[in-house]
Amino acid sequence: MDITEVPVSQDNKGKKKKNKKGKKKSVSQEGNGESGGVDTKEEKMEKSEPAFPPTFSVSEIKNKQRRHLMFMKLKQEKRKQKMQIKKKKKKEREALGDKAPPKEVPKTIENQRVYDETTVDPEDEEIAFDEGTDEFSAYFNGLTNPKVLITTSDRPRGRTVRFCEQLATVIPNAHVYYRRGLALKRIIPQCIARNFTYLIVINEDRKVPNGLVLCHLPDGPTAHFKISSVRLRKEMKRRGKDPTEHSPEVILNNFTTRLGHSIGRQFAALFPQDPQFVGRQVATFHNQRDFVFFRFHRYIFKNEKKVGIQELGPRFTLKLRSLQKGTFDSKFGEYEWVLKRHEMDACRRKFQL
Amino acid sequence: MQHDDVIWDIIGNKQFCSFKVKTKSQGFCRNEYNVTGLCNRSSCPLANSQYATIREEKGQCFLYMKVIERAAFPAKMWEKVKLSKNYEKALEQIDENLIYWPRFIRHKCKQRFTKITQYLIRMRKLVLKRQRKLVPLSRKVERREKRKEEKALIAAQLDNAIEKELLERLKQGTYGDIYNFPVHAFDKALEQQDAESESEEEEEGEEEEVETKTKASRSKGKSPANGSAVRKKRAYVEIEYETEPVAKSRATS
Repeated sequence: MDITEVPVSQDNKGKKKKNKKGKKKSVSQEGNGESGGVDTKEEKMEKSEPAFPPTFSVSEIKNKQRRHLMFMKLKQEKRKQKMQIKKKKKKEREALGDKAPPKEVPKTIENQRVYDETTVDPEDEEIAFDEGTDEFSAYFNGLTNPKVLITTSDRPRGRTVRFCEQLATVIPNAHVYYRRGLALKRIIPQCIARNFTYLIVINEDRKVPNGLVLCHLPDGPTAHFKISSVRLRKEMKRRGKDPTEHSPEVILNNFTTRLGHSIGRQFAALFPQDPQFVGRQVATFHNQRDFVFFRFHRYIFKNEKKVGIQELGPRFTLKLRSLQKGTFDSKFGEYEWVLKRHEMDACRRKFQL
Repeated sequence: MQHDDVIWDIIGNKQFCSFKVKTKSQGFCRNEYNVTGLCNRSSCPLANSQYATIREEKGQCFLYMKVIERAAFPAKMWEKVKLSKNYEKALEQIDENLIYWPRFIRHKCKQRFTKITQYLIRMRKLVLKRQRKLVPLSRKVERREKRKEEKALIAAQLDNAIEKELLERLKQGTYGDIYNFPVHAFDKALEQQDAESESEEEEEGEEEEVETKTKASRSKGKSPANGSAVRKKRAYVEIEYETEPVAKSRATS
């Protein structure tokens, strides 16, 4: 059998398990181009894998079955090597005993995160100055008290209505009003006239809340979020009694970048400045990978090292879609930040908040 | 020669008319030049030599009149007259153009014209009101986001993070003196505060030391909200102290 064609030689690499040994021998004696001198050695180590990586890639084999088999073999080989390396390391570690180097930290998305140049340095003066003069400075200096108006889109259904009511119990000094087809642009001047500081609009789709517009009133920034996984109070497991009227504390976690900082301040400004510790309630906004998780708990300190928390109140997740400079204006508004999926979601390790 | 009756005889009842749509109670005519929209002897544009309609194009209304002499050229059969945008003037125009025509057609044309102007007005009004913008959701993207959210939730370890934060706040003394805990915690807190070297805090630290050492170290009871019960125990320590301004919202990373 005298076969000198290249594709057949490629078969040879894979098909040791099939009955092609005869062919292989003859071809390998010829020493074809791509496989080179490997074939002669292959004969000797018939059952074992090629000693060095083949110079062709698995994807060049046209036959699906053979390609698949080659790929499986490649994988097995890699796995074997990995196991060997692991065993070696383990032995070394045991041999060294105490002097062994510390265990390596596994890679997570958080510690592989692409460094964002807008990350806020806690001591940055420019940012401190900015925050002293931005729209929330009045609140943070204690001049204004938050007063929140919660409303929905047209014709809200049961779940959204209940969600609004529960939100109103969580946020002190919040009022729920129904929309009844009014235009937001006309509501806003009226709210300003009545001294509201915040306007929350919950958008509904198919009987479920799915969007949140958070508008700071005396021409403050407007943030538009997407809501997901809403859990109402009665769907919570092991929940406590209803929240009381005390103002809760606020925890803001993980808002590192500039954008995250401004969003964090927006959330903080929803609640009154002085929390009543008597109430032992805490509202948490935790940012993880651009998702902001909201939770509402009641805590109790069992001793100085242990604290018990019990979840009350609704829970939901927010994802920022856009941040607009002035009050709500979809046509002529000046957008400070807009979620552009193609640019921003391209890298798995890059986050905005 | 146009024999209206013959035409109606054929398409009206006996044979097929491609514009006719029959329902249980009534028949409709889908011909675009039909005035009323029903399939009748007097409203059929094919079976009437003298016929007129009103049609609207981009907000402009026209009066179309059938010129039967051109029945051989259907594309040129209809005469178009532009009607004025003023409602009354347009009605007069219809009247003067259809002056010796049968009452039925004049009446129906005017009715149709009224309906058209009404819906044009409504369209203009709606544009000024709030428009609902429909944003399409991409299923793939939604699925991906859901999965990302689940993973982020697991990575967040919310309960631990909240507990850690609360304990830190306790250590840093944001809760002031509400909670009463055994000595070594306060010593730890004191060391931290001393390192900061602010005189107020040192004073407070001393006060706390005095208080706690005089009492048996007991872990907190069920309700720290009972401030009154705690206060009774340290009634005899009468030192005025100020609670530090609460830095409540801190962005921690």
